[in-house]
Amino acid sequence: MSVADNLLVATKVRKEFGGLLASDDIDFTIPRGAIVALIGPNGAGKTTFFNQLTGVYKPTSGSIVFDGTEVSYLPPHAITALGIGRTFQNIRLFSQMTALENVLVGMHCRLHSGILGAIVRTRRVKREEAEARDRARELLSYCGLKRRHSERAGGLPYGDQRRLEVARALATDPKLLLLDEPTAGMNPQESADFTAFVRRVRDEKDLAVLLIEHDMKVVMGVSERITVLEYGAKIAEGSPAEIQADERVIEAYLGKGAAA
Amino acid sequence: MSSYIDRVRSRARDNPNVWLVPAVIALGLLYPFIEDGMRNLPLIGDFMPTTGTLVVMIAFTMMAVGLNIVVGYCGLLDLGYVAFYAVGAYTAGWLASQHFEQIKFHLGSSVSNEQVGIHVTMWLVLIVAGLLTMLAGIVIGLPTLRLRGDYLAIVTLGFGEIIPQVVRNGDSFGGFNLTNGTFGIAPIDPVGFPLLSAVGLPDNFQASDNRERWYYIVAFLLLLLTVFCSVRLRDSRLGRAWIAIREDETAAAAMGVPLMRTKTWAYALGALFGGIAGAYYASFKSGAFPADFYFNISVFLLCMVILGGMGSIWGVTVGGMILAYLNFDGLSTIGSKIQDAGLNFDPTKYQFGIYGIIIVLMMLFRPAGLIPERRHKIEFEEGVHDTPFYDVQTEGALTDRDPSDD
Repeated sequence: MSVADNLLVATKVRKEFGGLLASDDIDFTIPRGAIVALIGPNGAGKTTFFNQLTGVYKPTSGSIVFDGTEVSYLPPHAITALGIGRTFQNIRLFSQMTALENVLVGMHCRLHSGILGAIVRTRRVKREEAEARDRARELLSYCGLKRRHSERAGGLPYGDQRRLEVARALATDPKLLLLDEPTAGMNPQESADFTAFVRRVRDEKDLAVLLIEHDMKVVMGVSERITVLEYGAKIAEGSPAEIQADERVIEAYLGKGAAA
Repeated sequence: MSSYIDRVRSRARDNPNVWLVPAVIALGLLYPFIEDGMRNLPLIGDFMPTTGTLVVMIAFTMMAVGLNIVVGYCGLLDLGYVAFYAVGAYTAGWLASQHFEQIKFHLGSSVSNEQVGIHVTMWLVLIVAGLLTMLAGIVIGLPTLRLRGDYLAIVTLGFGEIIPQVVRNGDSFGGFNLTNGTFGIAPIDPVGFPLLSAVGLPDNFQASDNRERWYYIVAFLLLLLTVFCSVRLRDSRLGRAWIAIREDETAAAAMGVPLMRTKTWAYALGALFGGIAGAYYASFKSGAFPADFYFNISVFLLCMVILGGMGSIWGVTVGGMILAYLNFDGLSTIGSKIQDAGLNFDPTKYQFGIYGIIIVLMMLFRPAGLIPERRHKIEFEEGVHDTPFYDVQTEGALTDRDPSDD
């Protein structure tokens, strides 16, 4: 596979928190249009790695190239503008805002109206706002929140909040969607539906997906390639079948001797 | 035209309070003309503020509305807002008084051409004061807005103390008298319409036959403008970004909101209104004195925002008017009533104690403020039930949600 086919290339990404090595020279690639999963025991450094991709943390060393641009030293909003959208492990919606407004905030970097435009409310600004609202409504319906537009995000049921997070991330118009434990707290039924939804988003929105997930059913069902982290280091990478057979992975999850 | 009337009608149906705003505006504009009648009303007449008091109340309410952008929308606790008031007032002092006696420069001013110093028309001074205060907001904001929460509050508190000190000791910057020290700058030029005196408008408010009335009407219009801008900003892309930052900074950044720039804009625009109000008020009382810029003004303005309802424009306007009224008129009126009743108690001596009690009671019984921010419903749809994400009956088949049929 040539380099141009990869949407994201991370090379020797290293993150140290004092003496703690959270990312140990991780090499990682995401091909265009792929669904890739990052798994590992709790504390393996999955979310830390995620946060480096989105600019929340700066890597201690190494490089992250997204779509031809080095992003490892950019602030989060600039990375979002380049096309990485994300959700959060513990839901972080703007709870006092309506569902629609949450999605509109997601469009922030795709809209252009400035301060004077906001005060005078020129025709251009009005049109942009109207179009943004229409798109936001479409996205909410797409994610299954058809009649929740004007409800307070914080008052939505848990499942809907998860969906709203995805809708908000999609509103940033991403080329790569990062989902941090999207099915946490869902029952098996909901997880299965979510898996189908992720695949559908990938196909229809033409983007790549990276997910962190603990639910192996989801991981094995949806991902085309899986990367396994343990103690900040990459211990395995491959197709779901390969990962299921990998001794080091089984050892990491179940302990020594379990593979035998 | 008829479509406009229809729109007003339908809005009036949706929200019966829609007439409240025009009614208040009409009353506001009429007040100076019915002031005497109001003050002669039985029982409540004594409590009616004079037009002059209203000018002061409006100036402070404008500052509260400005502070609301910083604290209410963006959630940045600013304990040094008085600094912006000071910058506005001193801009008026520099550009419209005899302070710089080395120079003689007149530009459309209401005062005699004989006077030394810079005399720019107050209308232009208001704009320059706004812009200069905005600049001050950016200068203070850039280094401090990286801090969060309590740390930011402490640093702004510091700036709020630094600026009055600079002003107080600014009578000799290497021999240059910038602020005239403790004496302050006075007199500051009046507002007026020197070019429109032919059509009967006064060319000088201070010298006109009804100084308070003219100052009041312009102040009222400035307040309307401030509220208008504040509403428009709230409902814009920038306003949404502010509220998003208030709700969750990390998530806002991840959604593409540039934190520093957006916060700095909140600071700058919040400062802008404080600067305009400061300059206007300085012209009304014809002076800028370092003693006006104590820390307690910052707290006073913050109390207005909290009392009214953080983030709620109408709440802050009402809260600002109430507290300013109590401070500049109400407490002493109440005090004299108490004295008349034969009790020896002067509430003006305990004003901050009284505000403190008001705030504590508010926090206990109405923590969101007098008129809480209602996260406005953008659409009036009924949120009854959503199309389920999956269909329980058919074993997890995704329900068919086609965006085009919404």
